[in-house]
Amino acid sequence: MNFTNNALENKETHKSMHDAESKTLFDSESVKRRIKKRVIIDKAAKKVFSLSTVFALLILSILLYRILADSYGWLNLRFLKSNLSMNPQRAGIYGVIIGSVLLMTVVIPVTLLLGVSTAIYLEEFSSKGKLQSIIKTNISNLAGVPSVIFGLLGLTVFGRLLNLGSSVLAGGLTLSLLVLPIVVVASQEAIKAVPGYLRDASYAIGATKWTTIKKIVLPAALPGILTGSILSVSRAIGETAPLVVLGIPTLILRIPNSIMDDFTALPIQIYYWTLDTVLTAEYANLAAATIVVLLVLLFLMNSIAIFIRNKFQRRY
Amino acid sequence: MGKPFNTRDIIIRNVSSGKTKRSEKYVPSFFFMAASLSIITSIGIVLTLVFDAYHFFSKIPLRQVFGTKLAPLSPTPSFGILPLINGTIITSIIAMFVAVPIGLTAAIFLSEFASENTRKTLKPIMEMLAGIPTIVYGFFAYSFVTPLLMQLIPNLGAKNALSPGIVMGIMIIPLVTSLSEDAMNAVPNSIREGALALGSTKLEVTLRVIVPAAFSGIISSFILAVSRAVGETMIVAIASGSSKKFTLDITESMQTMTAYIVEFTSGDAGSGTIGYYSLYAVGLILFAFTLFMNLLAQYISRRYREEY
Repeated sequence: MNFTNNALENKETHKSMHDAESKTLFDSESVKRRIKKRVIIDKAAKKVFSLSTVFALLILSILLYRILADSYGWLNLRFLKSNLSMNPQRAGIYGVIIGSVLLMTVVIPVTLLLGVSTAIYLEEFSSKGKLQSIIKTNISNLAGVPSVIFGLLGLTVFGRLLNLGSSVLAGGLTLSLLVLPIVVVASQEAIKAVPGYLRDASYAIGATKWTTIKKIVLPAALPGILTGSILSVSRAIGETAPLVVLGIPTLILRIPNSIMDDFTALPIQIYYWTLDTVLTAEYANLAAATIVVLLVLLFLMNSIAIFIRNKFQRRY
Repeated sequence: MGKPFNTRDIIIRNVSSGKTKRSEKYVPSFFFMAASLSIITSIGIVLTLVFDAYHFFSKIPLRQVFGTKLAPLSPTPSFGILPLINGTIITSIIAMFVAVPIGLTAAIFLSEFASENTRKTLKPIMEMLAGIPTIVYGFFAYSFVTPLLMQLIPNLGAKNALSPGIVMGIMIIPLVTSLSEDAMNAVPNSIREGALALGSTKLEVTLRVIVPAAFSGIISSFILAVSRAVGETMIVAIASGSSKKFTLDITESMQTMTAYIVEFTSGDAGSGTIGYYSLYAVGLILFAFTLFMNLLAQYISRRYREEY
């Protein structure tokens, strides 16, 4: 009895002491309130910030939904197999797809050859000096040049100077220069990731530098290089501005046979059809259907890139 | 039992045959040539732009160039460049009003608040936004966003600066998000934990510790975003139209520098006319501006980066 009393008393005094202390130093109630407020603000901020991300996702789904809705009923086998026409009911994109495919047959070998060679030079041959840093800065700045400027370069150099006009070759070379920085940077990363001991082992059994690069470094870096190249090609396939600047005519009815022919490609056709919706409303549906084809193509390419990265890339 | 290998002979044969030697000698120079192509490309860009822009500037007085009257195809052509610069700046400002707040808060969410799993699912989807070709955004702006805005703003033109500005902002969000997030991720965890241990909430840690520490990276992501917006072509070419009027009214059509280049080349710009050369003058200004922005972004992120 006495004991509990004592304890109570003790508690009492403790409390009063605590009260006295808090009165002099800080008001515990207001501190509690402040902490509560801070926690509430923190939680609210988290909600608000997450909304931004949700907004981006929402836009993405609206965009995809709108395009699918617009293309509904227009995207069918006939659309893929017939050629361009002024009549929206009869128009198809067979020739346009061929144009894009031909374009890629120029872009892929050119960017691979030039991009990988540049990366090999920068990582394996160049000494860490001024020249190397100039080339590196130059490549990162080239990556920031607006694509329409590359169009002007292509128009002057390939279109007029080399007299290629608005052929597949002129377009392909222009796009190659545009996406080259992507391949270079990706290949550099891939080559850098090949550990030094593999090279040392190769040298130790008497291989020369070129043999080492050919037989050891490149095979080990291949998945990374391929991933970067596919991403760059998918950038090139969707690029419009440089090709429009090259002066590709609006309506090309002839299906291109070789890389010297005039052509039209998926993004250009989307552009012209979108512009012409003022004249014929159905062109919007054709544009949407072409966009679906383009997006499916991009999706496939990116999936392949991710597959290669996950399946073949080794971590040393 | 075959003849035993004689390693010494093989080495001597290989070395003296000259075959290896030759490839060892020429291979590096081939790679060097490939690498120098990137420099040649840059030089080529500068030379083409400067040469043809020179034709333009030598024929048109500077007072006219920096005027507000742009009428390249009229019988008495006038080449005032200010309407284009005005259109570029206004659409870019609208884009930044969309991209900066949403991009930055999304980056803060992904880097500081989201769980590892949420991040792993959300980030690739954000990157999908970045992978969509700009022509698709152009179609989206023209066929969806503009009609939507027309219901809210009755006097909005079918071609206007507002809709492509907004869509351009949406296009840039992933750029701002991923670069800012990288900058915030680079702030070491010890600093984060130190601030948390002092009793800060996550929001306080973010705003008072992480964002200031990552500030240079965040700012340079904004600058790169401006550079992207200025250089963006297809969205504005489709949805902003080709009015060459000098106006500050965002509900009206205005033309950007990029859209001018696209419009003029897809029409019939005969080589050698002043209109043709004006493309290169506009291109030169565009190139100089984006190059300046990119260099500035690199400088800021290098110069003001906090090293931990």
